[in-house]
Amino acid sequence: MLGFKKLSLLLTAGLMNFSATAFAAYGLNMPVGVSPLSASMHHLHMTMLWVCIGIGIIVFGIMTYAIIKHRKSKGHQAANFHENTHVEIIWTVIPFIILIVMAIPATKTLIEMNDTKAADLTIKVTGYRWYWHYDYLDEALDFFSHPSTTQEEINNLVAKDEHYNLAVDQHLVVPINKKIRFAFTSNDVIHAWWVPQLGVKKDAVPGFITESWTIIKEPGIYRGQCAELCGAGHAYMPIVVEAKTQADYETWLVEQKTPKNPS
Amino acid sequence: MTSHDMTADDAHHHGPSKKGILRWVTTTNHKDIGTMYLVFSFIMFFVGGSMAMVIRAELFQPGMQIVPAETFNMLTTMHGLIMVFGFIMPVFVGLANWMIPLMIGAPDMALPRMNNWSFWILPVAGTILISTMFMQGGGPNFGWTFYAPLSTTFAPKSTDYFIFAIHLLGMSSIMGSINVIVTIFNMRAPKMRLIDMPIFVWTWLITAFLIIAVMPVLAGTVTMMLMDRNFGTSFFNAAGGGDPVLFQHLFWFFGHPEVYIIILPAFGIVSEIIPTFARKKLFGRMSMIYALTAIAFLSFIVWAHHMFMTGLPLAASMFFMYATMLIAVPTGVKVFNWVATIYRGCLTFETPMLFSLAFVVLFTIGGFTGLMLSLIPSDVQYHDTYFVVGHFHYVLVPGSLFSVFAAIYYWLPKWTGHMYNETLAKFHFWISVISVNLTFFPMHFLGLAGMPRRIPDYALQFTDFNQIVSIGAFIFGAAQLIFVYIVIQAMRGKGPKATAHVWEGSHGLEWTVPSPAPYHTFSEPPTQIERH
Repeated sequence: MLGFKKLSLLLTAGLMNFSATAFAAYGLNMPVGVSPLSASMHHLHMTMLWVCIGIGIIVFGIMTYAIIKHRKSKGHQAANFHENTHVEIIWTVIPFIILIVMAIPATKTLIEMNDTKAADLTIKVTGYRWYWHYDYLDEALDFFSHPSTTQEEINNLVAKDEHYNLAVDQHLVVPINKKIRFAFTSNDVIHAWWVPQLGVKKDAVPGFITESWTIIKEPGIYRGQCAELCGAGHAYMPIVVEAKTQADYETWLVEQKTPKNPS
Repeated sequence: MTSHDMTADDAHHHGPSKKGILRWVTTTNHKDIGTMYLVFSFIMFFVGGSMAMVIRAELFQPGMQIVPAETFNMLTTMHGLIMVFGFIMPVFVGLANWMIPLMIGAPDMALPRMNNWSFWILPVAGTILISTMFMQGGGPNFGWTFYAPLSTTFAPKSTDYFIFAIHLLGMSSIMGSINVIVTIFNMRAPKMRLIDMPIFVWTWLITAFLIIAVMPVLAGTVTMMLMDRNFGTSFFNAAGGGDPVLFQHLFWFFGHPEVYIIILPAFGIVSEIIPTFARKKLFGRMSMIYALTAIAFLSFIVWAHHMFMTGLPLAASMFFMYATMLIAVPTGVKVFNWVATIYRGCLTFETPMLFSLAFVVLFTIGGFTGLMLSLIPSDVQYHDTYFVVGHFHYVLVPGSLFSVFAAIYYWLPKWTGHMYNETLAKFHFWISVISVNLTFFPMHFLGLAGMPRRIPDYALQFTDFNQIVSIGAFIFGAAQLIFVYIVIQAMRGKGPKATAHVWEGSHGLEWTVPSPAPYHTFSEPPTQIERH
């Protein structure tokens, strides 16, 4: 009888322990990410997770106690109570208070998330079936970013690359420590642009513009995927963001704008 | 009480008027129709379940092995549609048909011919829906939520058949619900006030109102799709002045109450079973009913929490976030009430009780993740990932489905007159409860680690957990064959004869008629009603 309760508790607790230790590199938990927003999201996630685990331990603990102690085979007689106004008011009010306490940080981050004003640069992201188009609105620069995982890899004919399914031919290159505003739209169906490390996920809706923003604190390569079902190639629509220092970013910009030899 | 037994026994001699297949085609008997609903929905359960098995086989390792991406999308879509519209909704209607008249002391449903019709629409609709898979261009492949424009401009030809099937399924549910409401309001035993009704009947009363409120919205939405696809309108097409996000508003205005349509009867079942095996009255009966009503009301004002990534305005985001968080309060009350019911009870652990206790724990875990999902900032990282898949499977599989198992084990002796094989049933429980966690718990990790839902192929770091999930799913799938065997054995009269009362701690009118329940019951209304 206890098995499933123990199992679920263990698994719940496991989420915490494993993420901290053995599987740290594996990514068992939501990433803290490299932007202030992704860090707030992670913080909120962990807080709520602990609140839930706390409530779970109390509720399932009482249940387990009753299941062990109050069984007929142990000769326990059923009590007669079936209501108690005080208790019922308490367990209505306490969750309500917990919710209000949780709503405060959530609302703060939400307001922050929605504030796309005063961006240093704006990139228009357009979803296509099944690739992305990036348009640097402040520069005369735009390009397509196609998945670079090969059909042979997909069909298990050759060994899979380390970044199987998460690699593209042209990275979205951005500077660090700048407020980057993204304007999303789509050319066909709804897509969603998601890079967990940046704390950005937004639907790209055909005919409409949606907005989001991030500030990347660390140079590096961050990978994500389309997160809205968009047809047969939905699984093969990766996103790769490469964050560079301002100097490196400017060098890259110049490189990109230099006309290449027609080939 | 014994006087009812006699009236019921008298009625025993009046069996079905027709024999063979015609009995089932023409029947207006609530028990026959209930049985047909249950049989139909379990056929659908195995059809939808085998699709899940193919999905999990494809996801066993990265790369494409078993089915092409289009077929994979079709399977996820059909799995969702079949499980929601073909299994969970009809299975609860089946239980309602069988049990509501028995529980309120009515001779039958109030509108027996409509009852027959609302059932017989189902196999037709189901056949149309499944047939789309074999049409040129394939079946629906846009997810069970069929977001436009993927389901309009970019959808396969067969989508029009899918729309027709949805219309038919909606008609069937609406008729079923009208029948439930009319039966409850008009056919209760004379002395039974609304407040005296068993909680299962209460949950169905509220569910039926939800269905009547939202199925027409779904019908309207698919009709708009039909117009967009075939008659040049642009409801969901920005190029013609429409809005794809409007589709989502309409869909989820139906879809969120739908979530409660497929969980409220489960609450009712568990609220019947736990007191029986705790030999103690349900704790906080009135607060249960208030909580149900509160959940039903809130279900209408939280729909946009499925759309937090669509670029809702800030004020709307806040409203829907707070309203969604609020649902935790009445849901919490229900869970606390169940726990208080078993507390200091006199517990035994027959299979219905095992499934109900597992329901309380595992549904609560699904509730926790639901609460996490309600916070928009963290939802950015959860939305459309396996975290969501884990969340809703926790509330639907160890939630709704386990309640259905509990209900069937609980009432099977009443239906068949024979006890089921308890040892085998316990085996079914344990293997199910272990494999269900093996299947759905790791999905949370996958989602947090960044795996989007609805993909046939994934990055290499997701492999290990996907293999655990797939193995769990295969065990869970296979375990359900045990269930079929147990039920068939009981139907064939194997196993000891059941008494009228069946369970030591059972309460309510359904236990006053003999087991098996005669073809016609309560031709004269019962007079002894438990008052609350």
